Amino acid sequence: MTDTAEADAAPAARRGSGLARWFNRRGWADLTIATPYVWLTIFFLLPFMIVTAMSFASRTPTSPPFSFGVHDSFLNFENFARLFEDDLYRRAFLISIRNAALATLLCLLIGYPMALGLTRVSRSARNILLMLVILPFWTSFLLRVYAWMGLMGTNSWFNRLLTSIYNGLVPDDWAIRSIQMMHTNFAVVLVTVYSYLPFMILPLYANLEKLDLTLDEAAMDLGSRPFRVFLDVTLPLSIPGIIAGAMLVFIPACGELIIPGLVGNPSQPMIGRVISDEFSSARDWPMASAVSVALLFLMVGPMMLYSHFEAKAQEKKAMEP
Amino acid sequence: MRATAPAEPVRTSAADPAPFIRIDGVSKYFGTFRAVENVSLEIRKGEIFALLGGSGCGKTTLLRMLAGFEDPTKGRIFIDGQDMTGVPAYDRPVNMMFQSYALFPHMSVEKNVGYGLKHERMSDAERKDRVREMLELVQLSQFAHRKPHQISGGQRQRVALARALARQPKLLLLDEPLAALDKKLREHTQFELMDIQHKTGTTFIVVTHDQEEAMILSDRMAVMDKGEVRQVGSPTEIYEYPTNRFVAGFIGSINFAEATVASISGDLAEVEVPSFGGRMTARAVPGLAPGQALTLAVRPEKLAISRERPAAGNAVRGVVSDVGYFGKDSLYKVRLPSGAVLSAHSANARRAAEAERVATWEDEVWLCFDPTAAILLTG
Repeated sequence: MTDTAEADAAPAARRGSGLARWFNRRGWADLTIATPYVWLTIFFLLPFMIVTAMSFASRTPTSPPFSFGVHDSFLNFENFARLFEDDLYRRAFLISIRNAALATLLCLLIGYPMALGLTRVSRSARNILLMLVILPFWTSFLLRVYAWMGLMGTNSWFNRLLTSIYNGLVPDDWAIRSIQMMHTNFAVVLVTVYSYLPFMILPLYANLEKLDLTLDEAAMDLGSRPFRVFLDVTLPLSIPGIIAGAMLVFIPACGELIIPGLVGNPSQPMIGRVISDEFSSARDWPMASAVSVALLFLMVGPMMLYSHFEAKAQEKKAMEP
Repeated sequence: MRATAPAEPVRTSAADPAPFIRIDGVSKYFGTFRAVENVSLEIRKGEIFALLGGSGCGKTTLLRMLAGFEDPTKGRIFIDGQDMTGVPAYDRPVNMMFQSYALFPHMSVEKNVGYGLKHERMSDAERKDRVREMLELVQLSQFAHRKPHQISGGQRQRVALARALARQPKLLLLDEPLAALDKKLREHTQFELMDIQHKTGTTFIVVTHDQEEAMILSDRMAVMDKGEVRQVGSPTEIYEYPTNRFVAGFIGSINFAEATVASISGDLAEVEVPSFGGRMTARAVPGLAPGQALTLAVRPEKLAISRERPAAGNAVRGVVSDVGYFGKDSLYKVRLPSGAVLSAHSANARRAAEAERVATWEDEVWLCFDPTAAILLTG
């Protein structure tokens, strides 16, 4: 079936429409492909190279506050050495990864049923519900974090409600006046989950929506109850969506600056905060650059590994007769 | 039920008259749309039963109700004497082969075939044996470790069949089993399917829109239209003795002519056929009355074409307006003086050059047919 479809498609592409031919002849196709590369080179690769270069410089009381070759050699590796020596950075990395991983897991647990639900409702209801998923983006992100601060504060109705529920459940001598939510990692994870949930739901929905429901029927026909069908068919086939969603949540959540800055524990800074502090208050641009570079490799590393294995698996599939 | 069956030797599977599957006044409405309307069918154990009809005739909905994916709005379904009302798909002794095959893309051929056995009470060794047996049955043993996307369409179809048969269901439902295959492969697979059905003895219900497929495959078939069953019978009965105009026109090609009953004598009826320019004799059907309007139908291959007026039988005179040469036979379109055009098929049994053939363009010919070949349709 697919063979014939491909065979049919090839001559169709060769014939092409007049517009497509004009597009290719004039080099518009090349330009279209080149644009994002040019954009990324100017606005991502070049700045990243500058940051990388800066991470090998030394801090000096000049303007800009760094120079090369202050010490014995032109390049200064001390910034990276400090990353491993100074407990501050190691802890910041660990806390960031822990908070982000927890938030990603919670987003997955909350988002998966929502995405699955979206695929199982009528088309009109689906559009409204998708709209509701995206709706929070219409309000400023900062405003939404401030709203959470209001809710979590010790004197808020929300906090008082939770406190009275807690006090009602436990013996009297365990009673507390309020729940400490603000300035905890709990608050960071909560607000991160709230903010990044759509980034989990949307790729999952896109993946689940494409799944063929007759596969579910086939599994049910072969004796599987609905939950078994989910485990055997839906879940394994949605792994690409889970990975896409998890990356979209985990990577920005790891480097998140605003949420931990506003609701987090100041004595347990996350990595975004460390970078920001090094740049602005400590004016140690080389150190900030070193942390940034380390963060990038920490994020990109697993992604590269994943796509490497993915490519290998694809290759293996193609190799089989 | 078996005790009440007449004690006659079981010649073929179709000879056992005890209904194995009973569909009892089943209707299915989607909102105001009547997908299936008051269908009652009895299907015998071990037979291949075809549900034939155009798209939207309700055949797939009926199949899905048998599988348990849809609940009937009205009526009941019994399988092997057991009422299936409220029994979910996963608890029915029924398996289905889907039109798209619905193979699990992330599982190997072997895992696909063995999937339904996970829920069966059997040891791992038995399970392995069954999978091996099934793969041998469909001749796919050497592809056991491939994924569905690594095998051809015809092989996928056989995996789907093996998977559906692995649990040894009492009833196997096949939704357009051959529709996705090309013509050559389809012909081959048809006989393979019948062979496998014969080996396993499973009752098959096949949904198809392809009349030839239904005729070749099935022991009996039901022709459906707009949610209703229009006729049930063996392929021969359906083809040679259609009971209404829809069935006669749906299966094969046929010539229709409006007619009025003139007189009835014994089992023959004289009918006035204006477009044929006279009276024709046809085998009577029960309940005819003189003056009744009905349709006379004749299959093209039952019309004999000749240059001379034949001595006996019904004869109609006309001019050949078109000839289609198919090799093994030829199709003649004959225009009658009334303007009606009749199709006649004649087998090219003799080797003959073009000029020697019975008739050619603009020849005056006689079309003749036996009274028994004429079908009177009152519905």
